[in-house]
Amino acid sequence: MNEAVENHPLEMDKERFGIKEPGARYDLQGDIPNEERVRKAMVNFAKDINRTTATYMEACVHCGQCAEACHYYVQTGDPKYTPIWKLEVFKQAYKREASPFAPFYRMFNLKKKISVEQLEEWQELIYDSCTMCGRCSLVCPMGIDIATLVGLARHGMFKAGLVPHELHAVAERAEQEGSPLGATASVFEDRADWMADEHDTDVNFDKEKADILVAMSSIEIMKYPNSIGATARILNALGESWTFRSEGYEATNFGMLSGNVEWQKHMTMKIIDAAVKCGAKLVVLPECGHAYGALRWQGAAMYGKPLPFKVQHISEFLADVVSSGRLKVKKVNQTVTFHDPCQVSRRGGATNAPRVVMEALGVDLKEMTPTGDFNWCCGGGGGVVTIHRADKLRYKVFELKMDQIENTGADTVLSTCSNCRQSFNDAQQHFNWDKNMESLLELVADNLIED
Amino acid sequence: MELLEFARGDGLQIAVTIFAAGLIWRLVHLLMTLKKTDLSEARQAGEKAGGIRTIFSRFLHHEPFRERTRNGTIIAYTFHIGLAIIFFGGAPHILFIESFSGLAWSPMPTVVVHVTAAVTLAALIAAVVRRMRHPVLNMLSNFDDYFSWLITTLPVITGLLAVAHIGARYEVLLAIHILSFDAFLIWFPFGKLMHSIIVFGSRYTTGVTFTRRGARV
Repeated sequence: MNEAVENHPLEMDKERFGIKEPGARYDLQGDIPNEERVRKAMVNFAKDINRTTATYMEACVHCGQCAEACHYYVQTGDPKYTPIWKLEVFKQAYKREASPFAPFYRMFNLKKKISVEQLEEWQELIYDSCTMCGRCSLVCPMGIDIATLVGLARHGMFKAGLVPHELHAVAERAEQEGSPLGATASVFEDRADWMADEHDTDVNFDKEKADILVAMSSIEIMKYPNSIGATARILNALGESWTFRSEGYEATNFGMLSGNVEWQKHMTMKIIDAAVKCGAKLVVLPECGHAYGALRWQGAAMYGKPLPFKVQHISEFLADVVSSGRLKVKKVNQTVTFHDPCQVSRRGGATNAPRVVMEALGVDLKEMTPTGDFNWCCGGGGGVVTIHRADKLRYKVFELKMDQIENTGADTVLSTCSNCRQSFNDAQQHFNWDKNMESLLELVADNLIED
Repeated sequence: MELLEFARGDGLQIAVTIFAAGLIWRLVHLLMTLKKTDLSEARQAGEKAGGIRTIFSRFLHHEPFRERTRNGTIIAYTFHIGLAIIFFGGAPHILFIESFSGLAWSPMPTVVVHVTAAVTLAALIAAVVRRMRHPVLNMLSNFDDYFSWLITTLPVITGLLAVAHIGARYEVLLAIHILSFDAFLIWFPFGKLMHSIIVFGSRYTTGVTFTRRGARV
């Protein structure tokens, strides 16, 4: 048993999968001097400075309008949750170390050196209170992509050993075991076999050659395994040549969420290598928001060249096959509302895909206000759902989501992200709320017209 | 009138030199920074057009954001448009522009420019009061924010005083007005006033990225 497993046992009896809440706060990793911690944070943040990030750093006019788009500020009124403020120490470091007038800033100490105390204070802002949902990026009059900058700031924080304990442990477990939730390859295969029986379908494992490589998220494997069966049923109904591969089946990327670029690359490369090995022309990603961003938009950067296959979120795949008439579904007499996963819709550009699928299903869709690209985040993205100390804040921002859903009057809430789904289920339990979030993928599978 | 001669002679030349050198250095520094290539497969073509579109589309907030950002937006637009009307519509300013560029156009009616200047000043005061009182803005604000505000507001105040002949002889007031503009030019490349140029780059960059993804810009 490795250190991560020994020190951080899984929490299997809760709505939200994660690790047991630690008895004390451990938000420093490693035993290194404070100065070294600061140096590592700054050096690794500086590595991400390029023309885009430098332009963003130079552009802010401190108008504060990003606050008005952020669920954390809107729900608490606390100015520290202003999105651009979450980058303040990194802006300070940029000005002092890398900006056009950096020598003057240093010579006259116009921008002070960053202290470890500042970084510790900012840990909550960079991790606990930012899901990188990107609403702030969409409102910024200067066009600054603040969410991306928060992701880059996490790189420095990780290297400095300043990651919230639980998120670090989950990411470490994912790196060591291949899954943040103990869904090792053999566990996955067992559960996939179980789902094959349950759904009376075949699950393809480790086929030597296949046109489609399918990946799942650990949350689905461990908590919503019907997704495995649903995916298999749909692909089999289409007669696709597809497979799961034991060397690359898990699509979540806690390396990316925690800020460890090496782990991010390692996790991404498992799927890329598996796809290349089986000659896949398409990788279908599961109902998981950040998994989509990690491979669809960042995968090629990890690979160092364009990916030799296409990448689709499962909702995009479903939209293609229902709109082409290849997949036929029964009409569903339900009033539903749809929660857009931020990384798939607002940040990913696939906002319309689930709506195409819902139209094919004939559901009565009651859109939330706001919806689609302007949707409020569930509050659990960006790894926030793993961080216990952030629970209170997460529930506070979830109240926005509850209001949105209640106002639609819909019976069912659908989504295409298992992380949103577990955040939703956890908050549902917390609030004793009667609404349930369901999977669009599973709804499609349940209503397949199979020849 | 030595002060006036200095203000529009050597003073202005020094200011323009610093303005140009600072501007070039800041832009060259940005352009020399490594450009990262996006290797992901674009969902759609037209990313450059998307970047240009974003430069314009971000002039107006998307509808869902408008209510919560209304006050800040109205104040900002009032003084930005006001400053443009004053600078490009005031007869003396057009003469000034013509003196070094040869370009000239019909001025706006004096009364329009004067009223605009008064409204602009009111908006600038509202902006700084809001910056001091609003918890978010107060927290975000630093020396650059307040000094840039001051350096922008001084030419408006001194211009109004010169027009109204209040406080001193006209030549003195005019000299102070031009000196305040000189100061504006000197500070421009070093602080947030540069946003009036960088805004095009940051909006374009985000527009390109998210157009590639087929996402909303």
